[in-house]
Amino acid sequence: MSEKAKSAIDRRQLTVDYTLKLSGLEPLVVTRETNFVNVGERTNVTGSARFKRLILEEQYDTALEVALDQVRSGAQILDVNMDEGMLDGKAAMVKFLHLIASEPEIARIPIMIDSSKWEIIEAGLQCIQGKGVVNSISLKEGEEPFLYQANKVRQYGAAVVVMAFDEDGQADTYERRISICKRSYDLLVKQVGFNPGDIIFDPNIFPVATGISDHDNYAVDFFKATKWIKENLPGAKVSGGVSNVSFSFRGNNAVREAMHSAFLYHGIQSGMDMGIVNAGMIEVYDEIPKDLLEHVEDVLLNRRSDATERLLALAENVKSKGKVKVEDNEWRKGTVEERLRHALVKGIVDHIEDDTEEARQQYDKPLHVIEGPLMDGMNVVGDLFGSGKMFLPQVVKSARVMKKSVAYLIPFLEEEKRRSGDTKSSKGKILLATVKGDVHDIGKNIVGVVLACNNYDIVDLGVMVPAEKILEEAEKEKADIIGLSGLITPSLDEMVHVAEEMQRRELKTPLLIGGATTSRVHTAVKIAPKYEGPVIHVLDASKSVGVSSDLLGTRKDALLSRITEEYIELRDNHQNRRSEKAHVSLALAKSNKVKIDWAKYTPPAPQMTGVEVFDKVSLSELRDYIDWTPFFSTWMLKGKYPRIFENPTIGAEAKKLYDEANAMIDKMIAQNMLQAKAVVGIWPANADGEDVVLADGTKFCFLRQQGKKGSGLPNLNLSDFVAPADSGKQDHLGGFAVSVFGAQELARKFEEEHDDYNSILVKAIADRFAEALAEMMHEKVRKELWGYANEETLGNDDLIKEKYRGIRPAPGYPACPDHTEKPILFNLLQAKEHIGVELTESMAMYPASSVSGFYFSHPESKYFGLGKVYKDQIEDYAKRKQLDIKSIEKWLAPNLGY
Amino acid sequence: MSKLLEIARERVLILDGAMGTMIQRHKLTEEDFRNDELKDHESPLKGNNDLLSITRPDIIKEIHAEYFAAGADIVETNTFSGTTIAQADYGLNTEYWVYKINFDSAKIAKEVADEFTAKEPDKPRFVAGSIGPTNRTASLSPDVNDPGFRAVTFEQLKDAYRLQVRALLDGGSDILLVETVFDTLNAKAALMAVDEECAERGVNVPIMVSGTITDASGRTLSGQTTEAFLISISHMPLLSVGLNCALGASQLRPYLQTLSEKANFLVSAHPNAGLPNEFGEYDQTPEQMGDEVEEYLKQNYINILGGCCGTTPEHIKEIAERTRRYAPRQLLVDSPQSIDENF
Repeated sequence: MSEKAKSAIDRRQLTVDYTLKLSGLEPLVVTRETNFVNVGERTNVTGSARFKRLILEEQYDTALEVALDQVRSGAQILDVNMDEGMLDGKAAMVKFLHLIASEPEIARIPIMIDSSKWEIIEAGLQCIQGKGVVNSISLKEGEEPFLYQANKVRQYGAAVVVMAFDEDGQADTYERRISICKRSYDLLVKQVGFNPGDIIFDPNIFPVATGISDHDNYAVDFFKATKWIKENLPGAKVSGGVSNVSFSFRGNNAVREAMHSAFLYHGIQSGMDMGIVNAGMIEVYDEIPKDLLEHVEDVLLNRRSDATERLLALAENVKSKGKVKVEDNEWRKGTVEERLRHALVKGIVDHIEDDTEEARQQYDKPLHVIEGPLMDGMNVVGDLFGSGKMFLPQVVKSARVMKKSVAYLIPFLEEEKRRSGDTKSSKGKILLATVKGDVHDIGKNIVGVVLACNNYDIVDLGVMVPAEKILEEAEKEKADIIGLSGLITPSLDEMVHVAEEMQRRELKTPLLIGGATTSRVHTAVKIAPKYEGPVIHVLDASKSVGVSSDLLGTRKDALLSRITEEYIELRDNHQNRRSEKAHVSLALAKSNKVKIDWAKYTPPAPQMTGVEVFDKVSLSELRDYIDWTPFFSTWMLKGKYPRIFENPTIGAEAKKLYDEANAMIDKMIAQNMLQAKAVVGIWPANADGEDVVLADGTKFCFLRQQGKKGSGLPNLNLSDFVAPADSGKQDHLGGFAVSVFGAQELARKFEEEHDDYNSILVKAIADRFAEALAEMMHEKVRKELWGYANEETLGNDDLIKEKYRGIRPAPGYPACPDHTEKPILFNLLQAKEHIGVELTESMAMYPASSVSGFYFSHPESKYFGLGKVYKDQIEDYAKRKQLDIKSIEKWLAPNLGY
Repeated sequence: MSKLLEIARERVLILDGAMGTMIQRHKLTEEDFRNDELKDHESPLKGNNDLLSITRPDIIKEIHAEYFAAGADIVETNTFSGTTIAQADYGLNTEYWVYKINFDSAKIAKEVADEFTAKEPDKPRFVAGSIGPTNRTASLSPDVNDPGFRAVTFEQLKDAYRLQVRALLDGGSDILLVETVFDTLNAKAALMAVDEECAERGVNVPIMVSGTITDASGRTLSGQTTEAFLISISHMPLLSVGLNCALGASQLRPYLQTLSEKANFLVSAHPNAGLPNEFGEYDQTPEQMGDEVEEYLKQNYINILGGCCGTTPEHIKEIAERTRRYAPRQLLVDSPQSIDENF
């Protein structure tokens, strides 16, 4: 057989792959399972007035944030359009794409270069390394430019959106749509050699219900054309701009949302693959009220001649009612199972005891209520959470309902157990603890709640739990999994210690590691090698369920071999990277310190020296200083306040959480539930080499960056910002500690009521208050106590963006990561005596909602990350601190570059 | 050119090893980099290895011959820096010199290949025109304070590559190898240049693309994951896609696995001889490297195998011997654009 014939046979046996594969920094492979690809539309000057203004005013930084928001709210492709008369569209496209390329989080996803001008499209194609999408080309100007452009797009390696448009105009009937698409397809595949899988047709979505009868069949024609394309043009995809369809109902979002959702439903049924959609303007198809859906579908599917009038009439109604909660109590009419499910999904506790009781009476055993309707409901919650349709605050509320219901059943369960000797069926027992020396538990509590929702037995040992206690309890409780949590860096070492202890006791129990400072790399490099049992880093609460169920189920071996392989690779990588990192000697780093001409600078003299205590700070005053963005991130809602509320996916939930937090704050203020206290000090000081020494001889030791710097960039040390003694100028150093008291007690009260939601809420708020207090005290110091910035007029936004002069770095954080400077500071401030804040053996502050730090006043002082330091500096530092090298190395472990 | 594919179905094809490592063995001086035409050239030329194809063709031919003798099916031309952009460092960025470097390099490689083919007709030898990344990046700014800045444009890259491609083909290259891709946008410009040149000539030249995963992050210098890189260059009907440089064979393995699972082209690898030691030297022995690449062969990842920095004819010989016991990777799915019958 000839080679050619053989290859022809090979070919026939192979399936043809028309999968659409796109890429940014990461791949986007569109398969049948992808269902529907959602294209972010806000970086479009023709569609977003705000984006247009930002581009016209050349505020590219903020414009990039718009792109980032799109990515964070789930856009899988980013549409970029610069078609604006007042703009050099080509230059703007190039500039914006260049900037996107330098933002890895945005550049992750493929770009859709959107323009009606070929020169802008081509300029854009020359800027993207990944495989993007051109939007769009068409036969509008005839075959010649179409073929030329299509061939270029192929050479640049992009997919292409082809509009159903030809020399006679835009296709508005079924026949015109399919004939133009067919003609375009044949030209692309046969003449240009375009990969059919990379062709995306836009068969034109036009407004319906316009009152013009010619328009009545627009949506139907789109669906039919979509179906035809998918059946007759192998490999081709279909896309469209969905919001066009509801144009007639501008201002009536209830109707528009229903229309978009119904349109998408039918579009996807017909084979639509992707669309430009505002995700915030879509209702869940199943949740569209029956009569509204019927009217909307009458219009979309052109089912009756008076469909438009009927929808308009109904729209008036829907509109006038607005979002009146007419059917709020409708769900009470369902069966008890339906009611329990609804209560769980919506997080409504109001009727839970009545419903639980009713269910208990209907079922044989109380356990069956849990295993039946309650678990069914929680499974729905789990599925919705897993698929990103529910968000953490909602899930925590669901858990609250679940816990209340279970708490109601417990006496009956015990009664039952006593009678039958029955044991209860759970998926497994998981023991959780925040390790010794650490007091932070918000994240751990969230993990506990999420796992409990998924029917795991949770044994929560609380905070500051020593290794012995963790392991004793684990053995006593026969825990199937042990989960450790921690937030401050010394906790990392403590986790290593727990792992060593587990090895010593020859345990086999899987160990999960989580918390803000933990990481996969640290787990792989430092913890996993200490323990032969499974050790797995869990990124956040949402991941804990999958890992636990894999560990305790049939997928255990697969998970462990995957993790083992990953960790070996991480360790290798870590080893390699360490050997390659460029750094300089301490001597060289010192010679590259910040150059400040002290002769020309007069350090500001403070209005007070010594210590001042503020033990009755008003919460209502403090509230204005709250930075809400980190609050949302505690709840795994990512986005900047207040723009997070506009986020189409999580905005509504964020707003709800915000409102509830504020209601809680109102209550806290009215009932005086929390006490905010602060102590600040300012002392005469001068730099002495790498240290800052106070007039009374107290010495603070700081560390210098040792990374190799570009030209003109200094190797920073905080001491650079204080006038050295030999300058002859008297400078000062400040310090502070602030705490919010009472949160722990309040949270405990909620926990006793099985209300984890409010418990976590209280702690998260207390954290925010502590940060706000630090911000407020810093302002007070700048404007009054030190008084070098009495002219300063900054709003809270500016404070959050750190636009002020001077800094307040905290020991244990990036600029000065050594926690052991904290006791020296606390001592000076007499923090414990004055306000009652204490340090644990790991140098965590108690209560957890506390902040402490230094004040530097020099206008050039700025925040920085120390990065890796090396043996020469550690030796020098140990000498300065008069501590042995071993213990310095222990405290600074995460910063060691050797 | 069905010959290449025919062989690739039967066994793993062997690519040559490092050129630079071999040139270093000759302890050359400035004189070796000059000829009559260049005797008054102002900037120093030592280190401009591509130029040796013109000034010391004997050395380059000898290196090619050593690799063929060690078992290589394909050698790469000595043209890694043969673009007007890369030659600017030596003041040789004129069309004349760049054309000559590429033409002469291809010509002498082809001469050696033809000699070997004549001696062993059942083992034909091939020449791959090496197209390097240049020393500029189209999707990264060299200035940290100005992320929007670019030191080179797509058009400039494409024009530079077009000249190189033309000369490589005129000189007799059988294959074009776009290699050590650390910025995919540079590679896309090279591929466009190849496509344009081939369209103008009405020929269909097999194209190999080989990317570089710069470190353990598993990404190219320009930030792409292996799969994203693959997708970004799959619009061209390539002979092969692969990885080379920066890492040793064992560090490269996971990324090669990705290519092996996802690519509809042949898969190639030419790793370094391990990671450099503190002195920047590669000290992995042929046996050590052989053990590591054998892992690829066991896993069936590979169709074309060779070496990059630090590898020598001894390494290639070892690799060629190891491949004998293993079958090449099979192509599983045929995409509409994969291997063309014209090859």
